[in-house]
Amino acid sequence: MSANEELTGAEIVVRCLQEENVEHVFGYPGGAVLYIYDALFNQDRVKHILVRHEQGAVHAADAYSRSSDRIGVCLVTSGPGVTNAVTGIATAYLDSIPMVILTGQVPTHAIGLDAFQECDTVGITRPIVKHNFLVKDVRELAATIRKAFYIARTGRPGPVLVDIPKDVTAKKAVFQYPAEVPMRSYNPVLKGHTGQIKKAVQMILSARRPMIYTGGGVILSDSSRELNELVDMLGFPCTNTLMGLGAYKASDRKFVGMPGMHGTYEANLAMQNCDVLVAIGARFDDRVIGNPADFAKHQRQIIHIDIDPSSISKRVKVDVPIVGDVKEVMIEVIRQIRATDVRPDPRALADWWKQIEEWRSRDCLKYDRSSEKIKPQYVVEKLWEATGGDAFITSDVGQHQMWAAQFYRFDKPRRWINSGGLGTMGVGLPYAMGVQMAHPQATVACITGEASIQMCLQELSTCKQYRLPVKVLNLNNGYLGMVRQWQQIEYGSRYSESYIEALPDFVKLAESYGHIGMQITRPADVEGAIREALSRKDRTVFMDFLTDPAENVWPMVQAGKGLTQMLLGSEEL
Amino acid sequence: MRHIISILLENEAGALSRVAGLFSARGYNIETLTVAPTEDASLSRMTIVTVGSDDVIEQITKHLNRLIEVVKVVDLSEGSHIERELMLVKVRATGKEREEMKRMAEIFRGRVIDVTDKTYTIELTGDVAKLDAFIEAIDRALILETVRTGVSGIGRGERVLKV
Repeated sequence: MSANEELTGAEIVVRCLQEENVEHVFGYPGGAVLYIYDALFNQDRVKHILVRHEQGAVHAADAYSRSSDRIGVCLVTSGPGVTNAVTGIATAYLDSIPMVILTGQVPTHAIGLDAFQECDTVGITRPIVKHNFLVKDVRELAATIRKAFYIARTGRPGPVLVDIPKDVTAKKAVFQYPAEVPMRSYNPVLKGHTGQIKKAVQMILSARRPMIYTGGGVILSDSSRELNELVDMLGFPCTNTLMGLGAYKASDRKFVGMPGMHGTYEANLAMQNCDVLVAIGARFDDRVIGNPADFAKHQRQIIHIDIDPSSISKRVKVDVPIVGDVKEVMIEVIRQIRATDVRPDPRALADWWKQIEEWRSRDCLKYDRSSEKIKPQYVVEKLWEATGGDAFITSDVGQHQMWAAQFYRFDKPRRWINSGGLGTMGVGLPYAMGVQMAHPQATVACITGEASIQMCLQELSTCKQYRLPVKVLNLNNGYLGMVRQWQQIEYGSRYSESYIEALPDFVKLAESYGHIGMQITRPADVEGAIREALSRKDRTVFMDFLTDPAENVWPMVQAGKGLTQMLLGSEEL
Repeated sequence: MRHIISILLENEAGALSRVAGLFSARGYNIETLTVAPTEDASLSRMTIVTVGSDDVIEQITKHLNRLIEVVKVVDLSEGSHIERELMLVKVRATGKEREEMKRMAEIFRGRVIDVTDKTYTIELTGDVAKLDAFIEAIDRALILETVRTGVSGIGRGERVLKV
C-alpha cells in the first residue's frame, strides 16, 4: 500500500486496532457499525468474538484486560447497543480497568434529530468513562483512537469510549497512525516525591505495629513482585483488598486475609490497631474501612501511595501522601530501605505478630464441616485444591463472591476477576469468556450463584460458538443469598423478594447449549464432580451445586459499623 | 467557605458539560460559572465560584485536574486576586424616579446604556458585594429585569494562569 493511499473510516478503525496489536474484539453488529464489520470481514488479524448481548461484550473485554497485560476492546452499535453496554462500562470504570469501547453512531447529519437507534452516547457515558470522544471528521479518527488507547492504559487506567458516526466510517482519509499523541492537558505523575518517600521510609522503619494494606492499584500497575519483595524484607503483616487479592501470596503466613466487611478478624483488628498503616494502591473504600469516624478514632499514622491524587485524603486523612505509580514508588522505597541498616524493632514486631496470631487463632473462617448439606465454602476449597490454587477464577456478586475471595487462596495477581466497585451481578460468565480468550490454555472457573448466572446466561451460547471450556460452579442456594443474609440480620428475617422461585433445570439448560451439565447434591460428591469437570478440558461444564440455603458469610461488619464490631457467626445474632 | 476556582481547559465541544457534570455527580455546589475562549482560541478559561469546606475544595480541584481536557486549575482565593461581575439592570424610570435612578447609577459607577421614555438599562461592573449593594440601594419595585454574568477572576500582580 502506498503511503498516501486513502482508506475508509471503517478501514482506518481496523488498521488502528492492528497497529495496537489488538487480537480480539468483543462485539455485536448493528446498523451504525456495518462498515466497520465489513472492514473486519476483509482481514484476519483482528478476530471478532460475537457475544449474545452487548453487556457480555463489555464484561468479556473488561476481563480480558483484568487477566492479562493487554487491553480489552469492544465494538457495539448505536442506541440500544450503547445502552446495553453501559453497565459493563460502569463496571470497568469503578475498578479502573483499561478498555477501549468503539461505538457506532447515527450519521453526523442525523445527530440530534432523534434518528433511529440514536442516543447521546457521549452524554450517557460521560460519568462512567475515563474519557470519551465523538469523532466527526474521518481525518481525526486515527489520532483519536490512538489517544483512546493511550489514555486508557496510562495514569489511573480506565475505559475510554470512541463514538463514530456511520458516515465517518464511509468517508476516506489518508491513514497515518501517530507514534505519539502529545496532550498538554494530560500528563500523569509517575514518580513519587523523593522527600515524601524518605519520610515514609523513616515511618516504616520506626513502626512497632505495622500493617501493609494494598488494593487493586498493585495489580493494575503489575507491581506484585515489588510488593512481595517489600513485605518479605520487612516481615510485616499484609492484607489485600477484594480488588487486590493475589498481589501478595496468600499462602504466606504474613498474609492475614482480606480486610473489610467480610474480611478476616485478624486483618480488621490489625487495620485498627496498627501504629503505621501503609496503604498502597488502595482507596479506603467504605466496604474496607467500615464507619470512617470509627476508623479515624484509632490512632495510627497513615502512608498512602496512589497514582490518583483524588483518592488521597478522600475518605480518610493521611499523614504521608505519595502521588505516583505504585510500582515506581515501591521500587524507590525498597531501594531506600536497602540503603540503610536501620530496621524496625524486632522485639516490637515479634510482639505484634504474637498479637496477630492470637487474633488469627479465632479461626474466623471456620464453618460446619460435618453438615449433610453442601457448604459453599467447601466447594470453593475443593476447587482450590483440585486446581492447585493456580486457576483463573471469576465470580459474580453476592455471597458466593465473598466465599470465593475468602477460600480460594490466590498466590498470583490477575487470577481473581470480579466486580468490586460497582458490584455487578452477571459479570461472572462473560468474565470467564474474556479470561479464556486471553489465556486459551488456562483453567478458568466461574464461581456464581443461581441468581447472578441468570443475568448474562445467554453467553452460554457464545461459549459454545467459540468452544470456550470454562467451568461454571453454580452455588445454588435458591436465594439472593447476600440480600437474604442482610434481611435476616437487619430486617427481622423478612425475606422480601429474595427467594428465587421457578429456577430452570440447569443441567438440561447446559445440555441444550451443547455443554455438560451436572447437578451435585451431596458433600461427598463435590470433589469428584469438580475433578471430573476439570478433566473435560475441551468442554464448557456447568456444575449446579445445591448448597445449604441458610449459610451466611462470616465475619460480617454491618454497614455503618466500625471494623472491630464484627459478627463472627450465627450464634452472635 | 467561598472559593473562586480558575480553570484553563481545551476549547472543545463537551468540555463544559464534563466540568458541570463533575459538580452535579459529586454533589458539589456551583454558585456561578463563566466560560469563554482565551486569546489562544484552543483554550477556554472558566471561573467557578463554589462553596465548601477545605476538604471539599481540595477534592474539587483534584477532580477537576483529573478531567482529561483540563490543563490547569488554580484556586484564586488562595492568594490575592480581583473578581468582577457584569450586571445589566432594566428599571422603570419615570417622573422623579428618572433623575434619581441616573444619580444612583453614577454613584455606583454604572452607565445607562439603553433609554426609553419609561426605562433605563444600567450596566454595572464590580464584585458581587457591589452589585448586590446596588440592588439593595434602588427601589425594588422599579426593577424590571436583571441579568448577571457570574464572576470572572484573575490573580493580582505577577500571579498568572497560563499554559
